Amino acid sequence: MSRTIDDVVSPTQTNTIPADISGQMLDLDEDDDFEVFSKDSTLADGSMFNASMQTSPGSMVNQCKFEEDEDGDSKDIFITVDNPESHVTAIETFITYRVLTKTTRSEFDNSEYEVRRRYQDFHWLKGKLEEAHSTLIVHPLPEKFVVKGMVERFNGDFIETRRKALHKFLNRIADHPILSCSEDFKVFLSAQAWELTTYKKQGPGFLSRMGETVRAVANSVRGVKNRPEEFTAIQEYVEDFSNKISSLDKVTQRIVKEQKEYLEELKEYGPTYTLWSGSEEELAEQLKGVAGCIERCCQETEEQVGHLSDTLVPVLHEYVLCAETLKAVLRRRDNIQAEFEAKNEALATKKVDRDAESSDLGFVWGSLLGKNPEEARHQRQERLDGEIEELKVEIDKLEDRVEWANNALKGDWVRWQRSMRGDLKSAFLSTAEKNVDYYEKCLAVWETFLLSQRTEPSEETDRDNTS
Amino acid sequence: MRQQHTTQEDMMADSGPKEVAVIGNTDLTSAELDNNIKNTMVEIEKGTSLLRKMEISVAEAEKRTGKNTVNMQEIYTVYLIETRPVDALTEGITPDSLWRRYSEFELLRNYLLVTYPFVVVAPLPEKRAEIVWHKLSADNMDPDFVERRRVGLENFLLRVASHPVLCNDNIFYIFLTEEKDWKEMVYETGFQAKADSRLKAVNAAFRVKNPDGRFTELKHYSDELQTVLSQLLRVRARVADRLYGVYKVHGNYGRVFSEWSAIEKEMGDGLQSAGHHMDAYAASVDDILEEEEHYADQLKEYLFYTDALRAVCRKHELTQFELEMVALDLACKKQQKEELVTGTVRTFSLKGMTSKLFGQETAEQREAKLQVLEQQLEEGEEAVKEKNTESDEFVKTAWVDIERFKDQKDRDLKEALISYAVMQISMCKKGIQVWTNAKECFNKM
Repeated sequence: MSRTIDDVVSPTQTNTIPADISGQMLDLDEDDDFEVFSKDSTLADGSMFNASMQTSPGSMVNQCKFEEDEDGDSKDIFITVDNPESHVTAIETFITYRVLTKTTRSEFDNSEYEVRRRYQDFHWLKGKLEEAHSTLIVHPLPEKFVVKGMVERFNGDFIETRRKALHKFLNRIADHPILSCSEDFKVFLSAQAWELTTYKKQGPGFLSRMGETVRAVANSVRGVKNRPEEFTAIQEYVEDFSNKISSLDKVTQRIVKEQKEYLEELKEYGPTYTLWSGSEEELAEQLKGVAGCIERCCQETEEQVGHLSDTLVPVLHEYVLCAETLKAVLRRRDNIQAEFEAKNEALATKKVDRDAESSDLGFVWGSLLGKNPEEARHQRQERLDGEIEELKVEIDKLEDRVEWANNALKGDWVRWQRSMRGDLKSAFLSTAEKNVDYYEKCLAVWETFLLSQRTEPSEETDRDNTS
Repeated sequence: MRQQHTTQEDMMADSGPKEVAVIGNTDLTSAELDNNIKNTMVEIEKGTSLLRKMEISVAEAEKRTGKNTVNMQEIYTVYLIETRPVDALTEGITPDSLWRRYSEFELLRNYLLVTYPFVVVAPLPEKRAEIVWHKLSADNMDPDFVERRRVGLENFLLRVASHPVLCNDNIFYIFLTEEKDWKEMVYETGFQAKADSRLKAVNAAFRVKNPDGRFTELKHYSDELQTVLSQLLRVRARVADRLYGVYKVHGNYGRVFSEWSAIEKEMGDGLQSAGHHMDAYAASVDDILEEEEHYADQLKEYLFYTDALRAVCRKHELTQFELEMVALDLACKKQQKEELVTGTVRTFSLKGMTSKLFGQETAEQREAKLQVLEQQLEEGEEAVKEKNTESDEFVKTAWVDIERFKDQKDRDLKEALISYAVMQISMCKKGIQVWTNAKECFNKM
């Protein structure tokens, strides 16, 4: 599917071009008109657009298209997250990570940026992206809090795991054709700390965000009536996938636990052979040999467990979070459709109203005000006609919005499935490879020992002959 | 599954049941290992005439109910002992057989211990399962335990049958060949009367002055070996337990992969087959640990052997002590004679006291006493000579058997350790195979 986002937006809309249009120019292949949308409220009318609609088609740059085939060769932005550092203030202690960006994209002023960000900042970015692109699939962040096991927040492993996840998070966004063009993303990567703080404070006010939430809740309560089959199918899949991936996550963590306990016992096992060798003469060498083998196997086991923890566990955990993201995306899509459906119903009701023969109440009012009934009815008709026209315009916009949301989701769904398959396949492959490697190394250890034993019997028979 | 009394070296051929059995001398023809032949020859020369004549095995185990000594119902297990002339092997003649229960084996062993105190008598398998890992129940009725006990009992019989001295014992022969009245026969030997009381033995151990240094060393060694092997076996059981856990949890992968494959299009096949391999992996641990149990049994046998070693040491201490006592007595008497003859009282004695108090004895009295003492001295000399011979005999024969035991132990345990390495190799190979297969499946995802 190759469509530019701008096609979805109503082509009849023309607006003044705001002064700051950096990052918001659309490259048009079909239409001559410039269609620009900005974040400020010149267009904004709560009932026509909500904040998310404003920025989603707007934050487009150059070649942002939904394309099935993404080739790594065209990667023009490289991000690393590293170098965690602890910061202590009077109020709190927190960790910041260095975010290093190298890019050739023109909307960036420089080609290299180095900033420090804390978890809060990543969380903010995710929120903004989801707000602006409610039906796109944003890769999950590592969790805010770690409950199980009461892991120390400042424990080395925890920080490293988080760092890797944050790295992946940013890179997934960078790979995304639409999300990577987001202004918020650009600011996140390039702004200095204080600049970011100022920038964060912008945006739709509290009240409009409130209204947003209320409407969203209302829509989710109402529910969607005619959900297209394909989204129901996706939802069912996501349910099942969520269950399966959670199970796999738990199973893998259990394996790690069992393996660690096995390692603990194994560490005590080798020394018993060494102890025994102290009491023996003929057998001493052999016993020490066995002890050595067990010890080396311990080392291999330790490595294997480490690999499992570093490679498979984080990926499975990520996809547990992904499943939740997917559920949220589907919900938001449903809400958009629900809103559209609601307005449609309102229209139908209004039409019925207008076409009604008479209205006793209106007649009464009209007569009270000294108007004659004919005039009153005519005025009422006109008023209703006006309202119906307004509704129709709104509905058109909402319909477009639904269509855009659906297409965005469909495109991203295909993308997501592909990366899910890739990620999980490579994680399991890596695990299997490591396990083969582990057994091969242990095999070598014992085979070497066995080889050394098979040469000894000849010494023994020599002794027998001489005795 | 019946297990033949094949040699322990058989495990070198990478297949077949791993057997806890006697070494070398039973299968003259099998000789799978070169060094086995040498050992075999050595043993034959020592005269294992019994095994040259007959093949012995403990073929089966069965449950019986009956009344015990206090007339209460009890369930117990009996074991079928089969014997067959060696040359009948190829002719397919059915073996003679009889049933014995564990307590009869115990009786036999006690008889042997008392009758041949200079022999390191092979131990019986555990009465109750003690050092176990969680999968094995500690229940004596558990079929796995019964099976392992059957193997252990067969091993015991073969050890005895291959012992140069014990194999000629008549009671042993009848144990193998005649079911009825055996018990009565054993009791008739009066061995129980010959048994040294525990108290006597402990007393001797404390008070002996000059035991042969080698026996003291041996005692220390058996204590050390017991400690070390107990610890080793305990840790091994814990390791086995944990390994079981690791493998079995992978079975969950099998289940979840299978369920997940149902909702995936591209990945479905890969996941499904990977799941099967995970199931296979989880299942493979049962065989692995079963094999390891045989290894543990081999070590356990030597753990229990330490008791037999200590018994021989105790017997030496006892005979040495008795010798010392007799020699002391003789020395004492000599002393007394000297005093009587020379008229001096060098040491304190009641005689001395009374003579001081009541006056010297008459010449006749002294003469009489001297006569008695002479007699006693003669008897004492005889006793010392006897005890000396006894002690020397014991030390000689015991040490021969101890050397035999040491060689046997070194050989057996060397083989056991090798078989352990072979087991580990087998486990690693299985692991490689499973995960290589799984990798293939993941590749198809």
